[in-house]
Amino acid sequence: MKNQIFAILGSLVTLFLIACSGGVKKELPPVDISKLSENQPEVHGTLVEDKDITLANPLNQDWVKGGQNVYDLKCLACHKLTDERLVGPGWAGITKKRQPAWIINMITNVDMMLEKDEEAQKLLEQCLVRMPNQNISSEEARQVLEFMRKNDGEQ
Amino acid sequence: MKQITLKLPVAIILIGFFAAVGCKPKGMQTAVQGDAAVKAYVAPGKYDEFYNFVSGGFSGQMSVYGLPSGRLFRVIPVFSVDPEKGYGYSEETKPMLNTSHGFVPWDDLHHPALSTKDGIHDGRWAFGNANNTPRIARLDLKTFRTVEIIEIPNSGGNHSSPFITENTEYVVAGTRFSVPMGDKVDVPIESYKENFRGTVSFISVDPNNGNMNIAFQLMLPGVNFDLARAGKGKSHGWFFFSCYNSEQANTLLEVNASQKDKDFIMAVNWKKAEEYVKSGKGTKKTVRYAHNVYNEETHMATSEIKTEVLVLDPKELPDMVYFMPCPKSPHGCDTDPTGEYIVGSGKLAAVIPVFSFTKIQAAIEQKNFDGEFEGIPVLKYDAVLHGEVQKPGLGPLHTEFDDKGNAYTSFFVSSEIVKWRVSDLTVLDRVPTYYSIGHLCVPGGPTKKPWGKYVIAYNKITKDRYLPTGPELTQSAQLYSIDGDKMKLLLDFPTIGEPHYAEAIPAELIKPNSTKIYKLEENKNPYAALGEKNARVERKGNEVHVYMTSIRSHFVPDNIEGVKVGDVVYFHVTNLEQDWDVPHGFAVKGANNAELLIMPGETQTLMWKPERVGVFPMYCTDFCSALHQEMQGYVRVSPAGSNVPLTFSTGAKKANPAQ
Repeated sequence: MKNQIFAILGSLVTLFLIACSGGVKKELPPVDISKLSENQPEVHGTLVEDKDITLANPLNQDWVKGGQNVYDLKCLACHKLTDERLVGPGWAGITKKRQPAWIINMITNVDMMLEKDEEAQKLLEQCLVRMPNQNISSEEARQVLEFMRKNDGEQ
Repeated sequence: MKQITLKLPVAIILIGFFAAVGCKPKGMQTAVQGDAAVKAYVAPGKYDEFYNFVSGGFSGQMSVYGLPSGRLFRVIPVFSVDPEKGYGYSEETKPMLNTSHGFVPWDDLHHPALSTKDGIHDGRWAFGNANNTPRIARLDLKTFRTVEIIEIPNSGGNHSSPFITENTEYVVAGTRFSVPMGDKVDVPIESYKENFRGTVSFISVDPNNGNMNIAFQLMLPGVNFDLARAGKGKSHGWFFFSCYNSEQANTLLEVNASQKDKDFIMAVNWKKAEEYVKSGKGTKKTVRYAHNVYNEETHMATSEIKTEVLVLDPKELPDMVYFMPCPKSPHGCDTDPTGEYIVGSGKLAAVIPVFSFTKIQAAIEQKNFDGEFEGIPVLKYDAVLHGEVQKPGLGPLHTEFDDKGNAYTSFFVSSEIVKWRVSDLTVLDRVPTYYSIGHLCVPGGPTKKPWGKYVIAYNKITKDRYLPTGPELTQSAQLYSIDGDKMKLLLDFPTIGEPHYAEAIPAELIKPNSTKIYKLEENKNPYAALGEKNARVERKGNEVHVYMTSIRSHFVPDNIEGVKVGDVVYFHVTNLEQDWDVPHGFAVKGANNAELLIMPGETQTLMWKPERVGVFPMYCTDFCSALHQEMQGYVRVSPAGSNVPLTFSTGAKKANPAQ
């Protein structure tokens, strides 16, 4: 019992000394909350602008075919080729409704779009499922756009 | 009188026990310094500096922690099934646990070993040993998955393993239990000295893909091989194994294997062994062992039973194996970063002997022998000794090293870590551990380039350190800083299973290479449904194959009819996601195995044998999106002989063209 009392007293004295020396506070680095998630950036495609994309007719049929392959593997699960919504909006008419850069950015840069683009945010509110990053390259995305144009009746 | 003599040993044990309890370190209050919290604190969202790969002991798994925070990141299934991840339950992973004894769903993993190049961590693979049914596993540090398991023939328990050579040329496997081998195995246990043999296996590792192959085995006298370390630098080409029970006892080893003052550390010149192998000196022996490989492209494991192993006998092939006397049942056998010093830790010894590689070479040169043990030369103790650390503590077990010429030895009985200088064997510092430390780990401690900073104690007893949880308490580790003159306790953290050995490696050597997804374009699983267009159900006799896809948040197909009692249903589920950290799960009611957890782009298969008529729900087990609860479906099971056609659908129903 006596030993315990000494032990408790001892620890109190230790705590007191630490508190008095201010050693704890001095070594605490200031925490900047805004920086806490900085070391984990998701890697996305670079932002594409309309001037980066050239549309031409007749359609590039190789791209149409490549785009359809990507669609079958990675997009079809959620997007129909009609205007019917499945998980995401149907694709019919999309190339008339959206700018080419908007479409490419939704495919390759979806997290940035959901963070900054009002139209993208509206779609999320409707569909309630975040469009997934399907690991599609810029070249593949351009082919998907060509496939969408074909779907919208372009030749 | 007879009664008294019988009771005396009991009394000694009791006194010893009380003495040990009495040795319980005092002054816990002062063991933790005021700035400990800051040093072990990793702010939310920040990364740890080191990965810590910790053996799971009798859980059979390997766990991954961050240091200095002690946060648990992952439990990697290795030798035990893991229903959470479907490991050992999915058709693709079942072959990983195949052995010559059939499917073995559990083991006891004691020692991780991280691959090295030029004696320095390269962050490619981790190896682990199965202590019970002798095996070695290789884990890929890109995926944090077990990708290969090789069984060790002619072994009775793979404890002295899987330590590695400087360039990961070999991992070794020394048997703890010597056993009878070959044609004559049905022998009296008492005939140990006559019939029992020990082996040490050298398993080569392909530098390109890591694939393991048993290059050769050494046929050795019947003793217990305990731990081992490769030489490095100047001693590269040599391997050192501690062994006990040179008494060759087969019963009550606690007493009978503790009779002699000295057992051995065995020095193996493996470059010499390679020469013998090249010149055809080995003998091929018929054995049976499994070799299981997981293919990252097909996402499938295959198991092959092999029937031959090459054996070298040091009694016939000289200049390859030597014994060095080492006090009192040596356990740890550790080489320092320069490769010059080999530290033996006799569990019952009052000193720590340190051997000199230079002196070992001179003694061999001068044939400075102290007789033979079972036909193998024994080097003279004094001739190979660098010196002894005097009065270091009680019950030395293991030694790790820092980058400043210091060694850190764990002491089980006196429950402490003792820091000493390798050059002059001076004790520099000691700290208590809570309680009864086994292994310890300095990041990079067994390599040529220790990363230093911390030593971690892996304790055998936790007692009063955590809130009680019934008779079984959490296992635990303790983190100490070693960057100053004095070791300082920073943190306690709980661990899974029983932690034996562990290694720690800078995060930067692993983090940049971490796999995020399996690319659908590279998925070569023959049962993959690459895109929903390929989702389908096919019948082959009484087998029903469901080629299913999953994406946030639906399965295709999610309505299946035409399955009958007596069928065997295979759900081949392909996760169509291509985004990091989006696995989907799959479970079906009444399945006698487990769930599947399918990584993005991966295909995994669950076998299901419906045994009653009804409609059985299935669903995604891993919360994937706001509509995760909607990610579900039904399988209708009809009686055997029913004529319900096989159909499948998601949304609008369509007929199966195959029918």
